[in-house]
Amino acid sequence: MIYFDNAATSWPKPPGVAEAMVHFLNEVGANPGRSGHRLAVEAGRIVYQAREAVAGLFGAPDPLRIVFGQNATEAINLALNGLLRPGDHVITSSMEHNSVMRPLRALERQGVELTVVPCTSAGFLDPADVAAAIRPHTALIALNHASNVVGTLLPVAEVGRIAREHNVLLLVDAAQTAGAYPIHVQADGIDLLAFTGHKSLYGPMGTGGLVIGERVDVSRLEPLKRGGTGSRSEREEQPDFLPDMCESGTPNAVGLAGLGAGLRWVRERGVDAIRAHEMILTQRLIDGLLSIPGVTVYGGHDAARQTATVSFNIAGLDCSEVGLRLDEEHGILCRVGLHCAPAAHRTLGTFPVGTVRFGLGAFNTADEVDAALLAVARLAREAR
Amino acid sequence: MTGHEYAVILVPSTSHALRAEKVLQQAGIGCKLIPVPRQLSSDCGVCVRIGRADQEAALRVLDAARVEIEGIHDL
Repeated sequence: MIYFDNAATSWPKPPGVAEAMVHFLNEVGANPGRSGHRLAVEAGRIVYQAREAVAGLFGAPDPLRIVFGQNATEAINLALNGLLRPGDHVITSSMEHNSVMRPLRALERQGVELTVVPCTSAGFLDPADVAAAIRPHTALIALNHASNVVGTLLPVAEVGRIAREHNVLLLVDAAQTAGAYPIHVQADGIDLLAFTGHKSLYGPMGTGGLVIGERVDVSRLEPLKRGGTGSRSEREEQPDFLPDMCESGTPNAVGLAGLGAGLRWVRERGVDAIRAHEMILTQRLIDGLLSIPGVTVYGGHDAARQTATVSFNIAGLDCSEVGLRLDEEHGILCRVGLHCAPAAHRTLGTFPVGTVRFGLGAFNTADEVDAALLAVARLAREAR
Repeated sequence: MTGHEYAVILVPSTSHALRAEKVLQQAGIGCKLIPVPRQLSSDCGVCVRIGRADQEAALRVLDAARVEIEGIHDL
């Protein structure tokens, strides 16, 4: 079996992730941030260590300005719904996932003005187009760091400079890049970084969060939910400080124990080394697919300008049939269709038919890429 | 009053307490997280207990690391 669905969730997980979760359940177990006994403190410490590991990986100076939640979607919703008000103007790209698009379309109905800056048909964004879209009442720019459909990297650091020049906040959806591509929130000018734990940070599902930069006025941030935090228990009003103000309710501490182990593995192996490995595999995959008659490869065809996610179609075959046959006849697991990103598929010209998506990860090998290329070549030959 | 062996630093949350613990340990200042004494606060979380002799050094270190504190009390 060949697992090529890492863009949906990474698998397998590194050694230590499952063990950290079992350890938490069997040996720690208590509620972090509630009570003061030794197990509660130990649980709190495990969660805090994950917070520090996230801060370290992304160059965030203050671990307490990292809010944990379920996933990148929740973090994006917190940033968008928490900061934007009717009358604000927000800019995004035409390559976004629905995790950004749907909250923005809902805010649009509430009076937030939205500009969707078009990307090229290969999925690239010109930062000058973002600069040209800025208006006096622009509050925020929301961009994915890399497309979940074709992996194309958007010019986050350039847009970060533009955002600072115009005193606009930059929210980056790093679901596809966190752990797989270097990110430094300060150097890249990122004010809000939404990440998920279960992709290239190699933690379990149900973990993610938002890194909140110093330029964000926390007193203007509305939490998604309110409730118990273990702090300021004498008050019936929500705390006004991070991270507690945005972390009501018992957290997924078991998951965060696993995320901490995933982060340790990423740091030990090194983001640069993971990136180098994935780039080699990605270029091998792209070049191989391009050489197969009847195969169309989307995106920029250049591993240096994208993540390890590659989308393609085979002439004469529906992408869903390709997915089914790759699974049943070749044991290759991938994702087909629209990938929760209709805007991106419209940009690429693949709406509504969709694409076949191979999402490579740190554990894939060149042999697996070569085996997949043989399988695709066979399907393409039979379809002619 | 004199003769107190410990002081406790109250912080806004358990996350702050854990950050304080890390920063103090890095500075070589011994500390322990304990439940907040009821006479100091109705909060249900933890606070940072330090040796009374380390009080000034601890406050300096926490301030330098920008760890918000809510007060310091003899125990």
